[in-house]
Amino acid sequence: MNYIQQHDGDRFAGVDRESEVNVLNQAMGISLRLLTKVAGSPLIERYGLNEPLNRLLRQGTEVGFEAASKAATAFKKVVKQDKPARVPTASDKPKLFDLTPTEEQEMMKETFERLAEELILPAIEKADENCEAPDEVLNAIHEMGLVSLTIPAELGGDSETRSPLTNLIALEALAKGDLGMALAAAAPLSVAAALVDFGTADQQGKYLPGLAGEEFVPAAIALIEPHPGFDPYQLRTRAHRKGSSFVLEGRKSFVPLAARAQLFLVAADVPGAGPRLFLVESGTPGLEVRNSPSMGARAAELGEIKLNSVEIDESALLGGDAGADYNLFIARGRTAISALAVGQSQAVLDYVIPYANEREAFGEPISHRQAVAFTIADIAIEVESMRVLMLRAGARTEYGEDIVREAHLAYLLAAQKSMQIGSHGVQLLGGHGFVKDHPVERFYRNLRAVGIADGGLYL
Amino acid sequence: MIWLEIPKSLKPLADMAQQVGANVFRPISRKYDAAEHAYPKELDALASLMNGMNAAGSGAGAGAAAGAKDKKAKKERDPNEIINGANLATILGVEQLCWGDVGLMLSIPGQGLGNAAIAAVATPEQLERFGDKWAAMAITEPSAGSDSAAIQTTARLDGDEWVINGEKIFVTAGERADAVVVWATLDRNLGRAAIKSFVVEKGTPGMELIRLDKKMGIRASDTAVLSFSDCRIPKENILGSPEIDTKKGFAGVMQTFDNTRPMVAAMAIGVGRAALEHTRTLLAKEGIEVRYDQGVKSGSAIEAELRRMEAELEAARLLTLKAAWMADNRRPNSVEASMSKAKAGRTGTEIALRCVELCGAAGYSEDDLLEKWARDAKILDIFEGTQQIQLLIIARRLLGLTSAQLR
Repeated sequence: MNYIQQHDGDRFAGVDRESEVNVLNQAMGISLRLLTKVAGSPLIERYGLNEPLNRLLRQGTEVGFEAASKAATAFKKVVKQDKPARVPTASDKPKLFDLTPTEEQEMMKETFERLAEELILPAIEKADENCEAPDEVLNAIHEMGLVSLTIPAELGGDSETRSPLTNLIALEALAKGDLGMALAAAAPLSVAAALVDFGTADQQGKYLPGLAGEEFVPAAIALIEPHPGFDPYQLRTRAHRKGSSFVLEGRKSFVPLAARAQLFLVAADVPGAGPRLFLVESGTPGLEVRNSPSMGARAAELGEIKLNSVEIDESALLGGDAGADYNLFIARGRTAISALAVGQSQAVLDYVIPYANEREAFGEPISHRQAVAFTIADIAIEVESMRVLMLRAGARTEYGEDIVREAHLAYLLAAQKSMQIGSHGVQLLGGHGFVKDHPVERFYRNLRAVGIADGGLYL
Repeated sequence: MIWLEIPKSLKPLADMAQQVGANVFRPISRKYDAAEHAYPKELDALASLMNGMNAAGSGAGAGAAAGAKDKKAKKERDPNEIINGANLATILGVEQLCWGDVGLMLSIPGQGLGNAAIAAVATPEQLERFGDKWAAMAITEPSAGSDSAAIQTTARLDGDEWVINGEKIFVTAGERADAVVVWATLDRNLGRAAIKSFVVEKGTPGMELIRLDKKMGIRASDTAVLSFSDCRIPKENILGSPEIDTKKGFAGVMQTFDNTRPMVAAMAIGVGRAALEHTRTLLAKEGIEVRYDQGVKSGSAIEAELRRMEAELEAARLLTLKAAWMADNRRPNSVEASMSKAKAGRTGTEIALRCVELCGAAGYSEDDLLEKWARDAKILDIFEGTQQIQLLIIARRLLGLTSAQLR
């Protein structure tokens, strides 16, 4: 199997390829492209991130090296294309029940867990307090390819195959640091991914090169609405047709990076046609934004946008007349929010275990008491429960299977269990859990967000 | 490659098990619930069918004995190759059969929990001798249940024979099985390391059936009290090593649980799914249907409850498949086995009970099977390690604590 030939030639037609070879090449290609992008970054050495990259590179240096220089030339600002560039997801549906991640997935998990620990955690106290995600953190995550690995090369990205599952694994890893920060980091990725999957040639050419660029570009999906009992299938935000335009009217809340996003993907109901997604740039007349500091997920810079008769050209309708698959859009959002929940819940578990072993009461560590130990066992069971449901929906996404049911169930469980886990986390520390010396009060506040966000990301 | 769907190769087996559940078990489900201790003779024909199912599952079995057959094939396998083998097949088969009737599933000739114990640790010679026998499992004693290290039954080597003395209770299929796997201690002073398991064949002098217990559920399954007085068995009937290795401790006999706990989890999932599916059918007639293309907070309270239970059941099912998958691929799975058992045990019980409530008096009446499933389900959160024992195992492992520290 010649990697060069595969790369330059018919890259995506590998249906009859050995899947193992395919995976190895994908992983190698990605590590090469990542390395090329970030080789000069001080992050690499400072945080030892070269280890996971190098490990992959060692496996096939002699066949993989050319791809690096090719990927490095792939940055342009505006791209004209005749038809939309769709990045295929994996083609060979697995034949076996399996929980083994690919090399690429393991690398992403390790890299982003490292970023969460080394970059997010030191910054989180201030970010949480001020409702502000520091640019250096968002840029560092961006530099590691979170967005570009989803955008095809001809539009400035590094993607050969699209892997929503790998994105979910990366998001879970980031959310171990902070759910809000991970939400902010994944917001532009979500807009980019929706453009890749549904966007017209012009929409892609206009926005994707920018989103794939070297700097983190704030952008976000605007789905959630501020009224109680919000249902993404019964949007109150409306888009009325007016000649060759649409006029948007309504309010959106729980929008990450709202105040500084340059691009919003707004969900609105077109009377008679149902829910549609619209690309709305900041600066559009009638669009107002405001910060909306919330109980948790504060590092996501949550805000509201108000659409006061915002008139946009019909070319801003995502996917044009064909539109986007709204069921899929919501389902994949639910899966992504579940991944956030799993990561942050895992952080609770990882924190309470050493705490319960070190904290003493009545002459011994509190972990020696069943009331404490059983609570911790329960957290572990439910984190794993949430994770397998999320992974199942994610894997089905990867291979184009219907996920409306699976994503609904994954999200439902995540919303319920993660709230309980957040509460257990504080309870296990007692009064110490309630003060800000420990992160569990932040986890508690963050995890309450899971049930609020019935969609709103897209990986 | 992460993929959490049932492989095509195991679908015929699962389908066949579902057919047995629907067409053999369900029609006689109420009959043997009412006629407790009566032998369900309809099941005799099943023993041969189970062999057919084993063949359908590409060498993997639907019952407890499956592990034994897989063991032979294991030798030639590439250690890095992922397989979906006997453990996964067993889970799928057991779930479907218990969707039919868990009491009857436990009564299928040749599919006892003792078979899983034999499959897990038997030598090739022992597999030859016991592989095709229906084997029950005898661990619990009148004064030692969850604390299985405290068992009093003794085994003493006398020449070429072990001599067993003691009393065992809660022996599932204890009257009907061809053999019983008995836990006994070689030396009460040496604690858990001295506990070994022995195969005692039916009819061995000294082993006596004292009585059959009356129970709340799984009434089709006989639950026996057995006594052993100077019961002599061949020296070769010990499972695992006769050495008392105090470092290894309980590991030998406890190893069995890594295989059987996901099996019991699968039973709970089968019962829970039966209740949930039936409840959905009954509620659909009242115009209540589950939809996923709506907000999670939308829909009626009953509908929300149905979706919540489905999510819990699905999570339990995937945890169980994961534990079995790990066993198939020879990864240590004690924690995962306990997680699956804990999650499925409590979820199955909760769902079965809640479904009775949702269906009201119709669900509570013996006119329907819902009330039976609610009675059947509870044992699945108890045998092969109670909910609380599973939590202890998980917590000790997570926290790195010994059984002396976390009691």
